[in-house]
Amino acid sequence: MKKVSVSFTLNGYPVTAEVPVTWSLLKTLREDFELTGAKEGCGVGECGACTVIVDGDAVNSCLYPVFEAEGKSVMTIEGIAGEDGTLHPIQTAFLENNGVQCGYCTSGMIMSAKALLDQNPDPAENDIRTNIAGNFCRCTGYVQIVEAIEMAARKME
Amino acid sequence: MIEYDYKKPESLEEVFGLLKEYGPRAALIAGGTDVMVNIRNTKKAPEVLISLRGLKDLRYIKKNNGYHIGALTTHRMLELSELVKTELSALYDGASCIGSVQVRNVATIGGNICNAAPSADTAGPLLVLDARVVLEGPEGRRSVPIYEFFTGTYKTVRKQDEVLVEFQIPAEMEHFGSAYWKYSRRKAMNLPILGVSVSLKLDNETISDARIGLTVAAPTPVRAYKAEEFLKERQLTDDVLKEAGKIAASPDCCSPRDSLRGEAWYRREIIEVYVARMARIAAENIKNR
Ligand SMILES: Cc1cc2nc3c(=O)[nH]c(=O)nc-3n(C[C@H](O)[C@H](O)[C@H](O)COP(=O)(O)OP(=O)(O)OC[C@H]3O[C@@H](n4cnc5c(N)ncnc54)[C@H](O)[C@@H]3O)c2cc1C
Ligand code: FES
Ligand code: FES
Repeated sequence: MKKVSVSFTLNGYPVTAEVPVTWSLLKTLREDFELTGAKEGCGVGECGACTVIVDGDAVNSCLYPVFEAEGKSVMTIEGIAGEDGTLHPIQTAFLENNGVQCGYCTSGMIMSAKALLDQNPDPAENDIRTNIAGNFCRCTGYVQIVEAIEMAARKME
Repeated sequence: MIEYDYKKPESLEEVFGLLKEYGPRAALIAGGTDVMVNIRNTKKAPEVLISLRGLKDLRYIKKNNGYHIGALTTHRMLELSELVKTELSALYDGASCIGSVQVRNVATIGGNICNAAPSADTAGPLLVLDARVVLEGPEGRRSVPIYEFFTGTYKTVRKQDEVLVEFQIPAEMEHFGSAYWKYSRRKAMNLPILGVSVSLKLDNETISDARIGLTVAAPTPVRAYKAEEFLKERQLTDDVLKEAGKIAASPDCCSPRDSLRGEAWYRREIIEVYVARMARIAAENIKNR
């Protein structure tokens, strides 16, 4: 199949992917870059497990044609900890607050939380719930996740 | 074997050239939230995808002798716009309830209307805001009132070589208040079982003009003209609104179906109740300006 060459910034580094034109950004991240933090749950925009941040906004990478990433800045869960492995405050808040059970939704959940906190450092509970409404979690019941994001917001002040 | 390809033109002229070159083998893609799901569900992709995301100047919300909204404007931009929230409240209600933040960050209003699902959440609001749909093709521009745009489920008057470029809302709408209610089982990530939009203009407590839009109540989003007529020059009272709801729910105004999401009789009952509720909120929205 015809391949495209797409250049973009991935977790701060300039990269180029040579992948089939029909691939999604998710497939490219997982199969070409071997970044498997973003998950495929549904593949059709319903579950949010594939959430990454493109130019500051949370998007479903399963619905994002890879060719649209040209020139963009893409951030995945692999890019949010420090270079030395120090966890991001949202990650530690999820750990400390039991916001993680099986973990399948976690990377998407954290990316949605990060996009929110970058845009609105002091969100109300309702803003948090709105911003994670597209991230399904079948384990936690959401309460610990919302509290973890609130905790992260306080830590990041 | 099909050689799939994509194109990312930067001007409308280029889009027209590509549409002509590839004809039915090509499809336009904006945010892609309908197109990508279709490709996955049918396992069939158009041979050539023509991305509209390079048309950067088609993303705007402006007020200048009426309201102008570019076709590539995302639902998230509509949701975050103070102008839309206060002056075009029904459109705020519609755009802000679509999918999730992730979907709204990329999905466009043009895509929602061109896809023409009976459940499109911006259709009812645009109906009661008297929007016109501006289409541009190689021969130039034409504008169609939104109530003539939909010709059936997933069908519109758009010709194969045309691009939806803008929605225009007349300046007169400045004096209307409006509201939209998406009736669904869950608060988020759900298509409506029914959508009710109302806009109205008040002269003290008299309704001087009104529009009612119903979604998922017929094969296309529809206006409830008879109920609108009934409201005109009547007082904004519970009895009047209740009667308008009854008329809107009658076969004169809509033809809901039995479906998995809800049965026809149930949809009619929701219409009856929600026309009155939305009219009240629309009236509040004028006062809150
Ligand atoms: C998880 C999920 C949840 C959703 N929830 C909702 C919901 O709650 N309510 C709702 O109404 N919709 C919902 N949708 C559907 C979809 O997101 C909307 O219809 C969206 O507005 C489509 O916009 P788009 O830019 O992504 O369109 P695309 O998928 O890019 O295009 C849709 C169609 O319109 C055509 N098109 C797009 N732009 C133009 C243009 N400018 N000129 C001519 N043709 C054009 C395309 O060729 C295609 O046929 C949901 C989708 C997903 C994946
Ligand atoms: S895999 Fe993308 S939303 Fe479910
Ligand atoms: S922790 Fe298991 S799905 Fe959220």
